[in-house]
Amino acid sequence: MVQAYAQYILQQRWLIVVLCLSLTALAGYGIQYLHFKSDYRMFFSEDNPQLMAYESLQKTYTRDDNVLLVITPADGNVFTSRNLAVAEQLTRNLWQTPHSTRVDSITNFQHSYADGDDLTVKDLVINAAKLSDAEIAQIREYALNEPLLVNRLVSPDSRVMGFNVVIQRPGVNLDTETRDVTRFVRKQADQLKLQYPDLDIRITGSVMMDTAFAEASELDMRTLTPAMLAVIIVVLWFLLKSAWSVLAATVMITVSLVAAVGLAGWLDIAFSPSSIPAPTILLTLVVANTVHILTGYYKLLAKGKEKIQAMADNLSGNFKAIFFTNLSTAIGFLSMNFSESPPFRDLGNITAMGVGIAFMFAISLLPALVVSLPAPKNAFSARSNQLWERLANNILLHGKKYFILLSVLVMALIACIPLNTLDDEYVKYFDTSVQFRQDTDYTTDHLTGIYRIDYSLKSGAEGGINDPGFLRTVDAFAEWYRQQPETIHVFAITDILKRLNQNMHGDDPAWYRLPETSEMAAQYLLVFEMSLPYGLDLNDRIDVAKSATRVTASLHSISSQQVIDLEKRAQSWLDTYAPEFAHSDGTGTTLLFAHIGQRNIVSMIGGVLFAIGLISVLLMFVLKSASIGSLSLIPNLIPAGMAFGVWALLVGQVGMASSVVIAMTLGILVDDTVHFLSRYQYAREQLSLSPEDAVRYTFITVGAALWITSVVLILGFLILALSSFKINQEMGMLTAIIFALGLLADFLLLPPILMFIEKSKACSANKKSLRIQSATTLLK
Amino acid sequence: MKNIILIIVSVLLISIDGFAQTPEEKGYAIQAEVNRRDNGFVDSMHEAYMTLRNARGEESTRLFMVKTLEVEGDGDKEIGVFQSPADVRGTAVLTHSHGLEPDDQWLYLPSLKRVKRISTVNKSGPFVGSEFAFEDIASWELEKYTYKYLRDEMLGEYDTFVVENIPAYEYSGYTRQVEWIDKTIYQPRRIDFYDRKNELLKTLIFSDYELHIDRFWKAGKLVMTNHQNGKSTELLRKNYKFRNGFSDRDFSVDALRNIR
Repeated sequence: MVQAYAQYILQQRWLIVVLCLSLTALAGYGIQYLHFKSDYRMFFSEDNPQLMAYESLQKTYTRDDNVLLVITPADGNVFTSRNLAVAEQLTRNLWQTPHSTRVDSITNFQHSYADGDDLTVKDLVINAAKLSDAEIAQIREYALNEPLLVNRLVSPDSRVMGFNVVIQRPGVNLDTETRDVTRFVRKQADQLKLQYPDLDIRITGSVMMDTAFAEASELDMRTLTPAMLAVIIVVLWFLLKSAWSVLAATVMITVSLVAAVGLAGWLDIAFSPSSIPAPTILLTLVVANTVHILTGYYKLLAKGKEKIQAMADNLSGNFKAIFFTNLSTAIGFLSMNFSESPPFRDLGNITAMGVGIAFMFAISLLPALVVSLPAPKNAFSARSNQLWERLANNILLHGKKYFILLSVLVMALIACIPLNTLDDEYVKYFDTSVQFRQDTDYTTDHLTGIYRIDYSLKSGAEGGINDPGFLRTVDAFAEWYRQQPETIHVFAITDILKRLNQNMHGDDPAWYRLPETSEMAAQYLLVFEMSLPYGLDLNDRIDVAKSATRVTASLHSISSQQVIDLEKRAQSWLDTYAPEFAHSDGTGTTLLFAHIGQRNIVSMIGGVLFAIGLISVLLMFVLKSASIGSLSLIPNLIPAGMAFGVWALLVGQVGMASSVVIAMTLGILVDDTVHFLSRYQYAREQLSLSPEDAVRYTFITVGAALWITSVVLILGFLILALSSFKINQEMGMLTAIIFALGLLADFLLLPPILMFIEKSKACSANKKSLRIQSATTLLK
Repeated sequence: MKNIILIIVSVLLISIDGFAQTPEEKGYAIQAEVNRRDNGFVDSMHEAYMTLRNARGEESTRLFMVKTLEVEGDGDKEIGVFQSPADVRGTAVLTHSHGLEPDDQWLYLPSLKRVKRISTVNKSGPFVGSEFAFEDIASWELEKYTYKYLRDEMLGEYDTFVVENIPAYEYSGYTRQVEWIDKTIYQPRRIDFYDRKNELLKTLIFSDYELHIDRFWKAGKLVMTNHQNGKSTELLRKNYKFRNGFSDRDFSVDALRNIR
């Protein structure tokens, strides 16, 4: 049947070429609908409990998205007339930032003071250019003693100042809105730099992180896919040594990519930093398909077959293997739908779709095209056959030794897996070549923490935040947090109330303490709120019913595990000293990412089991043997285990990417096994070779193809490791290691396993015949 | 009375059509007519119920009494006294507004039993945590803005003038407001507020207009929606009473001290 189909498409090859190209064009038309997602929230599913808690907190108070400009004047002191004037002007300009709702800096800090019975609330710095040295000294004194400023908007050594812009993007087109904000802020920074070249200006904040995600995707798309294409062309040339086969492969790759990416556009799947590797991955997979078909075809040509006949035979001989390898690859990628993080689902779906398309092209466009192209001369030499035969002999001879050696290695490496720690420090998703990473590291080192934990402490009663008991507990909690080594700054309403109490009592420092009655607290806040200008209100600290208040701790750069530990300690403090707040769990982006690694691993356990289940059924079906089918899973699962062991020794930290790697590689690794085993069975059954000869035959026929495809896959994923984005780097490295080990396992483990199965089969056959013999003798 | 007003309006409208006015002049003329119709109430008092809603739909209500005294040749004087929540009960705010000059403002804090004078350049912040800024509910004086007539428009069932108001005083939170003025009663139906970067910030909808002592239209319900943070505030004004015989003394700092 396949023969007839092959004959048909090869007869009608021009029709097939035109048809395939038009279908590609149609699918590719969808590229115009492609869009990108850069919002960090994309990494979390909508029912992620930490995300829901954080969204709910932001709805109660205000949204948290921000841009933080960090400025260091060369003269090492922000408290000079010129530097404060710069700050004043910049603060004013930043109010013009698209979608901004609030700007905070040392200059517009709402400084309250008493003058007899007058209460004045106004900007800390007004008209800086005209301030006297004495006035500036006073401002410095005030600012460096204000808990809401130090370590947040000014460094204690007064070298660095910060400008925090709160952004509320309407969300109509989040990506464009993010770009607008970034463009505006960068332009402000550039202009400032032009005017005052001595200023060191850094830009960070959550909106800049979104921008960094978008820019990482763009950079990856601009560099990785073309790099991969170039590498593949070189490698193919090196391995196949034929311009025509390289051309055919390139056409295959291009149409499959265009069609898959276009379909993603039609289906409205957004690209994101974690799904942007899909084209690169697909590219490597298409090459694998192409190489199998081309090498098979050239071998038949070398045997002197006519072109069309060679291709038809090749297709019918390889059809089953190609179909099932693509199916298993697709299953591996589809299992990524179990992932907690939607970008990985997208990555899986885009790639699986591409694999489906590539399969269809591999059995239509590719044969039609190749047959139309001139045949290459001496594509395969006998020398390479000898090489593979020698390898086969070696393995057959020393099979047991290799097996034992490898088993020891496997055990040792698997034992190392627990040495890996889970870490998703999102700033470190970007390597140090990325501006966002540099600026954020600088900010954390010199001004304030980017990692934060937020608490909404609920009094349980309307107006309850004014209760003196409640305020004392909030204050104690803030104090406890300040004493933790991980903490840089704590923002709590209690500091404002203490200052107001002092203001209300003629600025007497003895009154810098919490108000004694709830009436006082309520009325102070009322006075203060009435005196605040646009945007600088307390709505980000107090809910509408004045029943809950928000406490924010800014932290040093610490690992996910440290964040989780800190929050655990905070919870046990609350349990002990404020059982009424026991359900005020910490929240925020930092904790969201701290938990994502584990959540992803847990969610992907289902994915891996799904992939293992389906693929083993597939193997049993293809190989028509339950024992071979299930045993052949071993060399496909072991490499992932080994790779994580190697990773533990080399790197030691795994992030959210690690969870999807096992399912993904399983689907691809199985391809090699399917090719190997179906050849082996063909040799055993059709050619009636002995097990040893069948292994030799298999090595000679598919060894080269397996070698080439593995090299291509390893290179492809190594190129992903060049990404500036750590999730992709990690995925690329891990996968490349798994493929290298996978090739080793297929060559070294499969033959001994096969010999073992053959022996036990022979044994049980012997036993059976023995039993029959003894039975017949008994009967006699 | 009504007939006289109608005649004046028609004359005015004819004159608007008759002369080639600039949009600025026409805008000013419309607002002058609004102002003229609001003038002459002498004094008034009402209850104000302010309900704050956040993006999660949680709400909270504050209640205060408002007394106003009309002042010829200057801004009005106003006292607001909080009734609830309990912890601010009795807190009173006295405002003497002055057109373009900063207003004078005092607060009486019962917990301290003291009057505090507060700086009033900052009128753009939220009033008691609501979506209303003090400048949105403070006494409206004609000279506080410059005006520009934009167009006529049907706003739902209402035939309106659309006028742009640009704050003429310093430290406003807005670059401009766009106001829909009902042609029949010369009262606002809707105001859009644009923030400092000229993005739409809030919309205020006026409804439940009632006619008091046959002359003064007052909206019973004002709903302010913040488009940027998803919060909203509803202000209900109830039990309007006019011409209560208030005097200047009732709006002095001393009176504030003795307020209940």
